[in-house]
Amino acid sequence: MNGLVEWSALGQVVVAGLVLGAGIPALFALGLRLVAGTSQEDPDAAQRRRAFTDTKGPVVIARPSPARLVGALLCFGTVVGAVAAGLVFLAAGGHS
Amino acid sequence: MTETLLLVLVVVTALAFDFTNGFHDTGNAMATSIATRALKPRAAVLLSAVLNMAGAFLSLAVAATIAKGLVDAGAISLEVVFAGLVGGIVWNLLTWLFGLPSSSSHALVGGVIGSVLAAAGTSGVLWSGVLSKVLLPALLAPVIAIGVASVGTFLVARLTRGISQDVTTRGFRWGQVGSASLVSLAHGTNDAQKSMGIILLALITAGAVPADSSVPFWVIVSCAFFMALGTYLGGWRIIRTLGKGLVEIDSRQGMAAETSSAAVILLSSHFGFSLSTTHVATGSILGSGVGMPGAKVRWGVAGRMLAAWGLTLPAAGLVGAVCFWIQHVVGGFFGTLLVFALLVGTSIAIWVASRRKPVDHNNVNEEWDEAKGARLRTSVATTGEVGEPQVGPVVEERRASAMASAISTTGSGATSTDGKGRQS
Repeated sequence: MNGLVEWSALGQVVVAGLVLGAGIPALFALGLRLVAGTSQEDPDAAQRRRAFTDTKGPVVIARPSPARLVGALLCFGTVVGAVAAGLVFLAAGGHS
Repeated sequence: MTETLLLVLVVVTALAFDFTNGFHDTGNAMATSIATRALKPRAAVLLSAVLNMAGAFLSLAVAATIAKGLVDAGAISLEVVFAGLVGGIVWNLLTWLFGLPSSSSHALVGGVIGSVLAAAGTSGVLWSGVLSKVLLPALLAPVIAIGVASVGTFLVARLTRGISQDVTTRGFRWGQVGSASLVSLAHGTNDAQKSMGIILLALITAGAVPADSSVPFWVIVSCAFFMALGTYLGGWRIIRTLGKGLVEIDSRQGMAAETSSAAVILLSSHFGFSLSTTHVATGSILGSGVGMPGAKVRWGVAGRMLAAWGLTLPAAGLVGAVCFWIQHVVGGFFGTLLVFALLVGTSIAIWVASRRKPVDHNNVNEEWDEAKGARLRTSVATTGEVGEPQVGPVVEERRASAMASAISTTGSGATSTDGKGRQS
């Protein structure tokens, strides 16, 4: 098997893939959470959500505090930055 | 003269392969966005087509030679390339007919390997290269993608717990469209280059351009155009399998899956460990089902797909080898012409077969019915929701029975028209 697979390249793909491929969606979710907000994390959160969606109507989001807003901006900013980096990488012809 | 005609045939066939490549791979980027209704089906394929086209122009670092390191460079001739292309196209069309996503580049590689085997025997193929560059990555790609996407989906599911579903759906649809766009762009850049490389190789072999020539502009434009055209026509059958067949997907899963695809595809080319776009995208979608608590993954569909992946290389190779033999036996330009005619005939036959159960932008999102062999039901055009197939008859039936019971309770036998009434 040795020599057939470039294990170091494979390892890099896996590690970087996990950091970026799983990290970016997580950051996006975190940003959304900071903006949309569910302040308490409690076990009946899911239940409340169900009650929320069953009653049709506009979703009211409380205005997030400045700190949360900054945090969310950081999250979304990182995500956008990562996408931009991907674009630059493609344009630079870094593919093989 | 025949040399020129042969060159024209090879270029046309390469563009046809380019077309099937776009056609076959639309789903990799857009299936999840279509399934979650982040984009309307037609808008999604249009966006993907535009980005594929843009991607083809984005970078022109030439993918130097076809099947480099897989076959002996000396064994490559125009006839071999032609037979290989035919093998790739036929396998792409067949898998499309069955709605199975399989790697277009594997189909091409398989076709070329098959025709080299027919032309030069086993010594023409570099088997260790095939094993390490094609077979092992094909096994590893879905594993990596499933891992990355399932971790991403799990994190997203945890972090969005308690947020109203309206907010997550709206937010993640944006993220989904963004990440899917990146996948489309990467596909255009990577895969259009393959066809450009083939055409350039053919031109050099035929002496139409000097050996150190860069890709002529008309080649870039036509490759970009045909890939975008294929993408726009959309392999709806494959989109359906990826978006509805494997996993019932929501926008959070879709975003996690496409981000994982984009990340793994870009990183793998960055670290020089090339992975197939299709294998990565399919693995990511599977992973988004694995990582989401409570989501259902249809492993039966996944199994059929894996079988198709395993068959891709030998099947495309067989077609490639047969095509080369036909060319060789008939001989000369007429052999090539005959194979071309066979290719056109096969393509038309497959298209006709596909019309028996058409899948298009109208019914791409319908409920997946595994038990009934994935038969399609008509949907309400305005909402895209699945409608009851037999609304009319069912209602009438119900009315008749309701009437009968109503009549029998009034007990007036003279006015009733049904059998029971007459009896009393």
